[in-house]
Amino acid sequence: MTIQETQEEIIADFDFFENWEDKYDFIIQLGKELPLIQEQYKTDENLIRGCQSRVWLHVEYKDGQLLFTADSDAVITKGLISLVIKVLNGHTPKEIAEAEITFIDAIGLGSHLSPTRSNGLLSMVKQIKAYALAYQAKSMQQ
Amino acid sequence: MHDTMTIGEQLDIQKIRKDFPILEQTVYGHPLVYLDNAATTQKPTAVLKAMDDYYTTINSNVHRGVHHLSQLATDAYEGGRKKVAEYVNARYDHEIIFTRGTTEAINLVAACFGKKFLREGDAILVSGMEHHSNIVPWQLVAEERGAVVKVIPIDENGELVLDNLERLLDGVKIVAFNYVSNALGTINPVSTIVTAAHKRGIPVMLDAAQAVQHMSVDVQELDVDFLAFSSHKLYGPTGIGILYGKEEWLNQLPPYQGGGEMIKTVSFEKTTYNDLPYKFEAGTPDMAGAIGLGAAIDYVRGLGIENIQRAEHELMEYALSVLAGIDGLRLVGSVDASRRAGVISFLVGNIHPFDLGELLDQQGIAVRTGHHCAQPIMDRYCIPGTVRASMAVYTSREDINRLAAGIRKAAALLL
Repeated sequence: MTIQETQEEIIADFDFFENWEDKYDFIIQLGKELPLIQEQYKTDENLIRGCQSRVWLHVEYKDGQLLFTADSDAVITKGLISLVIKVLNGHTPKEIAEAEITFIDAIGLGSHLSPTRSNGLLSMVKQIKAYALAYQAKSMQQ
Repeated sequence: MHDTMTIGEQLDIQKIRKDFPILEQTVYGHPLVYLDNAATTQKPTAVLKAMDDYYTTINSNVHRGVHHLSQLATDAYEGGRKKVAEYVNARYDHEIIFTRGTTEAINLVAACFGKKFLREGDAILVSGMEHHSNIVPWQLVAEERGAVVKVIPIDENGELVLDNLERLLDGVKIVAFNYVSNALGTINPVSTIVTAAHKRGIPVMLDAAQAVQHMSVDVQELDVDFLAFSSHKLYGPTGIGILYGKEEWLNQLPPYQGGGEMIKTVSFEKTTYNDLPYKFEAGTPDMAGAIGLGAAIDYVRGLGIENIQRAEHELMEYALSVLAGIDGLRLVGSVDASRRAGVISFLVGNIHPFDLGELLDQQGIAVRTGHHCAQPIMDRYCIPGTVRASMAVYTSREDINRLAAGIRKAAALLL
């Protein structure tokens, strides 16, 4: 599935929710269920400092694809992170660098990407993009 | 407008709420519950009208014009200063300096006091429950002057530990702390600290940003040397605040910023500075702000600050008892309502404050989450932050009930 297709699928899933409780319940469950990152990668180096919640991001480059694991101490942020990872995981640096993350806005949680909210999600998306650009540049050199 | 109330009169909260048009709205389909008053309070119609009237009828630059409007604007602006002086019971109107807010007032004292009085090896004493705005200005000047910043510790109940105050005061040139903690709501023992400091001739700066809206603040009774607060937390407009300083201290400080208004004569060889308060008010001041603040003080005095204090205290007791009934909720700070003003900081189970704040927001309930610009306190308790509900004169029991129901609903989703 392309990045765009996965985003459309998520947006369609969220269309089923009739109220905010169901929507958040779904995100919270995602946040609770996914053991996103191995403890050994929860290092200061991998910590993206948001003002309110902490986010860790670990990146691996394997067979031309980027693989992400991440975690947050805030469960709603964690749920959203797992969706971002679902969208971007296993794609090439070029695809990720060029991708536009539209689904968060579309499911009505765009405020999480506002710089004033500073919950770490925006910084994480920026960090993923930076990794993608770096690996893209590296693969072109090789 | 309310008729002036006498002390002991019961406030009619529902009637007061009608003075604040912003409260009559819905957020995501829920009637707004505004519990972020420690960040900023809402403004009554009287304040909005005073500012509108100023711009509509007398807007003009102050203190300079020979013309009619300038005179009216000057009278209104100075009238604002007079109201502030009366509100905090300053000895003279010229002990009231208009600043942009509490932060600027503290920066002014830190910079000017530091320049004049701080030498290498001197110390500044602050408390462990200060807002960053009462820490960082002192760190800046300490670094510049080779001084150090010492800290009064706090205990598990969010109270200052004053056992070693005498020893802490060694080498100290100025003490700065808050009257009421913005993060915990703790009311600090001002007189104990002032007495100990004054015994050694050390001046005290009090951050009253979270006090002036909740209780009577009398600078002569408190005997503080400097005091700061912001208009926007006292039902007044944003962008203006107050530095009170005893005349003898303000006269000793060098000017803060240079410009118009703060000078007497200017030549390239020698400039002489204006008298108080203008020495510290360079440039065109916030005239509308001063007038708005004056109207806010009129409003508060109309209700009676003692009446406000009593009503808020009763509401605090009610809120603490209601919140105590929520499973897993733990208060950060004192459980004693008489030791707090305005602020309730709490956590529920292991729920991250940000998650709880977001789900409260979905229910139309505005609270603050995070470290409240007081990171050292959060480090003290080893927590990432808290959820803070803070009240004002228009906060009702219904608001508290909605908060409690909102927390229960959010916790059910999150736990």
